[in-house]
Amino acid sequence: MSTRAGTATDRLQRLLALVPYVVSRRVVGLAETATTFGITESELVDDLNMLWCVELRAPDPYCPIDLSYEGGEIMVSQAESMDRPLRLGTDEASALLIALRMLAELPGTQDRSALRRTIAKLEAAAGTAAAVSAQVAVQMDGRAPADVQALVADALRRRRRLHLSYYVPGRDEATERDADPMRMLMLEGRAYLEAWCRRAEAVRLFRLDRVLGIEVLDLPAQVPDEAEPRDLDSGLFRPSVGDVQVVIELAGAGRWVAEYYPCEETVDLGEGRLRVSLRTPDTRWVRRLALRLGEDGRVISPSELASQICADASAALAQYA
Amino acid sequence: MSKQKTERLLSLVVCLLSSRRYLTAAQIRDAVPGYPETFDAFKRMFERDKDELRELGIPLETGINSAADEEVGYRISRQAYELPEIRLEPDEAAVLGLAARVWQQAELAGAAAGGLLKLRAAGIDAEETTQPGIEPRLQTDEAAFGPLWRAVRDRRPVTFGYQAAGRSEPQRRNLEPWGVVNRHGRWYVVGHDRDRGEQRVFRLSRIEGPVTFTGPAGRVTVPAGADVHQAVRDWDSAPPALLTAVLRIRHGAGHGLRRRASSDSPARGHDGWDLVEASFRDVGWYADYIASFGADVVVLDPVDLRDAVISRLKGALG
Repeated sequence: MSTRAGTATDRLQRLLALVPYVVSRRVVGLAETATTFGITESELVDDLNMLWCVELRAPDPYCPIDLSYEGGEIMVSQAESMDRPLRLGTDEASALLIALRMLAELPGTQDRSALRRTIAKLEAAAGTAAAVSAQVAVQMDGRAPADVQALVADALRRRRRLHLSYYVPGRDEATERDADPMRMLMLEGRAYLEAWCRRAEAVRLFRLDRVLGIEVLDLPAQVPDEAEPRDLDSGLFRPSVGDVQVVIELAGAGRWVAEYYPCEETVDLGEGRLRVSLRTPDTRWVRRLALRLGEDGRVISPSELASQICADASAALAQYA
Repeated sequence: MSKQKTERLLSLVVCLLSSRRYLTAAQIRDAVPGYPETFDAFKRMFERDKDELRELGIPLETGINSAADEEVGYRISRQAYELPEIRLEPDEAAVLGLAARVWQQAELAGAAAGGLLKLRAAGIDAEETTQPGIEPRLQTDEAAFGPLWRAVRDRRPVTFGYQAAGRSEPQRRNLEPWGVVNRHGRWYVVGHDRDRGEQRVFRLSRIEGPVTFTGPAGRVTVPAGADVHQAVRDWDSAPPALLTAVLRIRHGAGHGLRRRASSDSPARGHDGWDLVEASFRDVGWYADYIASFGADVVVLDPVDLRDAVISRLKGALG
């Protein structure tokens, strides 16, 4: 339910939740209530007035709801059978239960017991609306060791610096670095650490399943003010203007590339062939990708990259000569 | 938006909730302000209002108060309407707040927020902020998620175009969907494939074009033994046979391969190289992976793996 949206039924849902919200708290501040419902205080006052004005004309005229909001505090003194919220709908119960069960799958980060209890209580309260949620599930990638996640969570909680041995597959390098953790993300089924990398002096995203070794240091984390968390809504990997544009043609068995990497453009060439273009600051991983694809992928441009790949393949084949 | 309409619907809900008896349409028109004078116009508006209330999940019941009643009436049973009592401890409220944020911009984000609001209206103080620095997210970038979720929810059969791996043209599939599963960040739908006559798994990102309902709600029956979780796990998991490769890997390279190594020691007679034994499951996949390391890795054994790597590398020569 989008509380701000303009339809009459959206507002009705809000009004039906507003009365029990106040009743269950006896007295509650206008400002706090407006924040919870995602509306302005003046919109809230309009809502309260509408509730107060409800009048039934028959058999005898009467006003079922009595309330006041003087001095910035709301009180409902009479609420005529509206003092409980409406049951959870199937979508609502499912959205919450699916998310809770997903959290329960995360190793080492959350209070599993609290999750179990919450799921049980919500299932009981939702009744039949909870049933369908069993047909939806989220399976997290379990390759990130639980102890790595637990140590990252511990460093976040205690605001400690981490030392990481981190594998960078694009360059086939094991790197050593200190990092000040900012947050742990669970995204696209994987766990990531977002941190201020002291080696790069920039915000970096580390996939936890690529952490080769981790140590919580006895030093406070110092995340500088200029460290900007990524805006996750625009995707994990953002191309920037300085990036190289790479164009690859893919045959049937190489089509997974278009699903796996964020491509700027995908053109269907027919007969199962695709042409994708993507941007990257570092083309070393594209050379590896091209070797892996063999005849199922062909880098079209830049041409220097294509010749590098050819040289890479020749050098590798020379080992078998 | 219509203030009058909200007022009328609100009054209608309060009126029906506070009545223990079924109220006839005429009684409702008399009690609830805002309906038109003529009975036909009232009836039309009342029908639409009833539909809208049911859309919101408000359990509008029809019935008669006694056998003598000739006309059916309406009421909302409080028991069917009200969210049952639910109390959460502070740690439970905290995980609920975290769960409500998981969907963010995704398909069920609005539903999660609406559900949380109802629970807060029941007196639960679920904070939006919880354990610092942990942000789990569930995304539904695939356009097919919305219709397939509704199909699973309402038990409706669907049809869609599907681009299977290794096929050049998308094919039309007819499915009785049983469930949707996100595995490692990708969404899948599991169900009974009507054309193949058996259980199938489809990846949502390979669905092309719209997903269309091909039957009414309730038409799909999920068999008692169906396990959608296991179906996706099986579909995705590697064959169980474990094979061993003997590789020569340049010093300081091939870390990804070394992580699966059972032994790793300097290679005799090859300065600057290590001899590594590692396990793998699928020759094709592993050969692709090894090829990506280029001149830093040489396969010594088994022969089919070695040949597959050479073939990959030749393919990359262009």
